[in-house]
Amino acid sequence: MKFITIDKKDWAKGIDKSRGTYQLFGPVTDINGCQIKALDADVQPEMEYTDSVLSAKSVLFPQSEKILVTSLNEADDDHHIMKRADGDYTPRAVIGIRPYDARAIQLVKMNFDTEDYRDPYWCDAYEATTFVGLAINKPGPLDFSTSTGTGPFSEDGLDILLADMDDKFLAKVLTPKGEAYAAACGFNTEADAKESQVLFDVMRKDAEKTISSSVETDKLKDKTILDLYEAPFWDDVAFSCINCGTCTYVCPTCWCFDIQDENKLKASSRFRNWDTCMSPLFTRHATGHNPRGEKTMRVRQRFMHKLKYFLDKYDSGIMCVGCGRCVKSCPVNIDIRQVCETMNNYEKKE
Amino acid sequence: MDTCIQKIREIAGDLLEKGEVERVIGFAEGSIPMATSPVAISTKEDAQKLCFSSTCGLNLANYASKEKGKKIAVVAKGCDSRNLVTHIVENQIDRDNLYIIGVPCPGMVDKFKIAAEMGGEITGFEEAGDTLIVSTVDDKKELNKQDYLRHNCSLCTHKNPVLFDVLVGEEVEEQQLDNAYPDVDAIEALTADGRWKHFEELTQNCIRCYACRNACPLCYCPTCFVDESGPQWVGKGQDKTDVDTFHFLRAFHCAGRCTDCGACVEACPMGINVRDFTRKLNKDAQDMFGWEAGLTIDKRPPLDAYSPDDPNDFIK
Ligand code: SF4
Ligand code: SF4
Ligand code: SF4
Ligand code: SF4
Repeated sequence: MKFITIDKKDWAKGIDKSRGTYQLFGPVTDINGCQIKALDADVQPEMEYTDSVLSAKSVLFPQSEKILVTSLNEADDDHHIMKRADGDYTPRAVIGIRPYDARAIQLVKMNFDTEDYRDPYWCDAYEATTFVGLAINKPGPLDFSTSTGTGPFSEDGLDILLADMDDKFLAKVLTPKGEAYAAACGFNTEADAKESQVLFDVMRKDAEKTISSSVETDKLKDKTILDLYEAPFWDDVAFSCINCGTCTYVCPTCWCFDIQDENKLKASSRFRNWDTCMSPLFTRHATGHNPRGEKTMRVRQRFMHKLKYFLDKYDSGIMCVGCGRCVKSCPVNIDIRQVCETMNNYEKKE
Repeated sequence: MDTCIQKIREIAGDLLEKGEVERVIGFAEGSIPMATSPVAISTKEDAQKLCFSSTCGLNLANYASKEKGKKIAVVAKGCDSRNLVTHIVENQIDRDNLYIIGVPCPGMVDKFKIAAEMGGEITGFEEAGDTLIVSTVDDKKELNKQDYLRHNCSLCTHKNPVLFDVLVGEEVEEQQLDNAYPDVDAIEALTADGRWKHFEELTQNCIRCYACRNACPLCYCPTCFVDESGPQWVGKGQDKTDVDTFHFLRAFHCAGRCTDCGACVEACPMGINVRDFTRKLNKDAQDMFGWEAGLTIDKRPPLDAYSPDDPNDFIK
């Protein structure tokens, strides 16, 4: 592990240099706000953004992704045999990813990369990606990441962590992938490791101190699933929900997808698209029966998954990194912090 | 505004206490600045949770139609009341089961515009008449509310509820507009390519969360055409053709019914002004049929009525 300093005057040049070997992703702002997107050759990542509406999950898990293809032409030998679609898994780097988003990718990894199953699309993209994080010096009012096992200077899931020091970035290079990326940029001014770590620690503490929002999750583990499931508060929590998918689409940890086939003449493609447990279609069976037919059931599912099922299954905390995006974007202000508190404090009345 | 909130709470508490309605649907204070949340109140005590401000931008008619068969009361701004009218006309609500608590509307604020003006995350929001006091971590500004009204509210000519059982305040003065559709005119004035580009850019970042559709009181189909799978009318991915198809068709489904309440735009996480689609159709309804949606329960909307005097030959 080493530290390097990057003069901001050299930053853009270095980023451009890396484009020779890496496809770049990063924060860009347009009329619809800041988003993490593939960067065109003439676009630099915006390193002074406050927050992106959507998380960085799309870098590995695009909203629509072609996964399989086949020919419907019976004259072809391999007609109707699905084959993996071509994908580009050459090196890519996501610049300026928030530490909580990098942590979220580690949570998503628990689902896409297990001992029994390896999702090839997600995992290949993951392996191709270098994560260059940007620490958050001034966390926003909705950031509660310190109570979800991450934080503004968390290194989890990152290859490099950058700290903004006005005229320069101080970069903590955390992995060989990070080293390779720094080298591709030509960033090589080494800084004293001990001093830099002290600086990082001071900045981290300052940043963490400004976080005013939090959730308590300590009692969730000891509750039984059925007690929470049958708790009387779900109808009230769900009343205002309009079952849009906003909360799940903006969430860096929501990983659900739907499979769709699309045909064009004699070519058929299978896509996966983000899906959302908030939609009635998510669980509707071909028979028409829907085990989660009521809005309350769907709202309950979202919170039970994030705050109870995930916690029980993986023993890695809750499936929420405290980015605050769903709190901000939910049109009816359903606030996961309040729901978490309600669940955490719930005692079943005998 | 405080007297209006007081009135809303009193009336709601009264209705519940006397058992005249089972639930009162209104707005409650949100957990973050500039947020409010639709809420259903069923006891007199809980009526204290009801609030009203310039951030109650969703349309509660959307909730009212989901309480079928129950006697309910709804807090309604001008536009909500027009959508209640539309619901009554379209048989989604029974007038006899509905008690309308009308609020002469002061206009709702544009949260995106305020956020853009402030730069950082909003940490505080207060209203004093026409002054908005907005703060971020390192800034505090007083803004003139009239400059930050939602676009639809700045053009609204029905701030007073058109149908109500009680009003919680004095009627407000309705504005007279020389041109109710300057935005539509501007788009119409573009070349065909220019218009295409305008709409392509408008929806370029749409994530198909369907918040716009789900916030809309008009969108009550048991299965929306985009969700239908047999037959499947439209692809479900991010292909631009499919995204656009959703928007075009949804707009047409709202033709002659849309009240321009702005709930769709209010709900969109990407700040997309989907009203650019619906307003063209509102203008057409006005130009062709002299029709504004939701003003009276005594007339059927032009697109679901047949008249022997129809000017078009094809229909005769
Ligand atoms: S919780 Fe909010 S964002 Fe999520 S589906 Fe419900 S209304 Fe939409
Ligand atoms: S649940 Fe909400 S706050 Fe938690 S990670 Fe997802 S979007 Fe962020
Ligand atoms: S459109 Fe009119 S009635 Fe509706 S919120 Fe705006 S000003 Fe009020
Ligand atoms: S709410 Fe916005 S992002 Fe969602 S489907 Fe509608 S226009 Fe698209």
